[in-house]
Amino acid sequence: MQIKQNKVTALIGPSGCGKSTFLRTLNRMNDLIEDAHIEGKILLDNKNIYDKDVDVVDLRKRVGMVFQKPNPFPMTIYDNIAYGPRIHGNRDKKKLDEIVERSLIGAALWDEVKDRLRHSALGLSGGQQQRLCIARVLAVEPEVVLMDEPCSALDPISTMKIEELIEQLKQNYTIIIVTHNMQQAGRISDYTAFFLNGEVIEFGMTEDLFYNPKHKKTEEYITGRFG
Amino acid sequence: MISARPSFDRELQELQQDILRMGSMVEQQIYNAVESLVKKDEKLANKVIEDDDIVDEMEHQIEDKCIKLIARQHPLAKDLRVIFTGVKIATDLERMSDNSIDIARTTIRLLGQQYIKPLIDIPRMAYLTREMVRTALDAYINQDVEAAQKVCEADDEIDHLYSQIFRELLVIMMEDPKTISHATQLLFVGRYLERIADHATNLGEWIIYLVTGEKKELNN
Repeated sequence: MQIKQNKVTALIGPSGCGKSTFLRTLNRMNDLIEDAHIEGKILLDNKNIYDKDVDVVDLRKRVGMVFQKPNPFPMTIYDNIAYGPRIHGNRDKKKLDEIVERSLIGAALWDEVKDRLRHSALGLSGGQQQRLCIARVLAVEPEVVLMDEPCSALDPISTMKIEELIEQLKQNYTIIIVTHNMQQAGRISDYTAFFLNGEVIEFGMTEDLFYNPKHKKTEEYITGRFG
Repeated sequence: MISARPSFDRELQELQQDILRMGSMVEQQIYNAVESLVKKDEKLANKVIEDDDIVDEMEHQIEDKCIKLIARQHPLAKDLRVIFTGVKIATDLERMSDNSIDIARTTIRLLGQQYIKPLIDIPRMAYLTREMVRTALDAYINQDVEAAQKVCEADDEIDHLYSQIFRELLVIMMEDPKTISHATQLLFVGRYLERIADHATNLGEWIIYLVTGEKKELNN
């Protein structure tokens, strides 16, 4: 499977088919699971990210992740964003201010929070919290953003805002998104991979896959006829 | 296959039944139109014209059903093609109905006149055209690509008959210019039937698209 740069790739498939597991292999989140067994290679700029000399912390800086439920840290909006740059050694107040502003603008949240950066992030709505999490990822300037059902806990308006944001983000980032919402995959992704029982059944351009899938299993899944 | 969407399946089947009903109605209209011409039957010609309202209503209902299914069910892949082709097929059927009405109007226009020639090729053309429509409707319900292809192939025979009618009437008009107005009416009937056959060919193409997802231009 080739994930194209500056494109949105959607991973779809029924629960338990391995999409999230696959997504987590892309920034080695599965390393955290004790008895995880990993085979094969994942190349990022032609370098296998599972090679011994790869620094996992650095990898996760290049490949950021947004989760299903918004998970802001229990601190201010500002500190949430500045957290990443700070642990990567950035202490310059002016520089951090810049990063916070740029990240919040990038996540389409700046206008809504610019007057309350010192308030707790937990006071934000679900949709705002999720965009904050996206801003937090952007703050460390990743190349790839992984999203694991980023809208499943959000209302339709917040969902539309995130989808619009993804559309904008792909100009600067490569995005891989797990979604259960077929219409969402259709709306926002350029490529789609259909997973079933741990295998990729079909991978191709989203419009082809949703309009004339090549595999019967894909057709059955996307039209809601599983038998 | 066990469907997780039985009510959606039912609605799609209903849509296909609606199209079949509309198709049968139009097929009957084509028959009645040519029959009214052959038998100089004014009553039958008027029935063809009156049936237009029913066919139009059927088309609107199909369109309405399709647009609501898209809005509510977010169809994908084949489901989407069933709905999209539903709209396209209803449009083609409605055009066929319009052409049948044109023929029925010709019947009324020529009432009381002696035909300048016995009608042989026109009924033959009408028969073949109706065969095409019937085959297309069967192919639609059976999702039969091969049969759909046959519909498209049959169009060649129609085109051949049309050019034969054209040549024959041209000769009659050249021999006696007084026949021009009458001959032109009959020529138009040939043209209407030829158009109906083209729409039937479209049905064939839509059926192939519905089943395979590929668009083929078969009307050469």
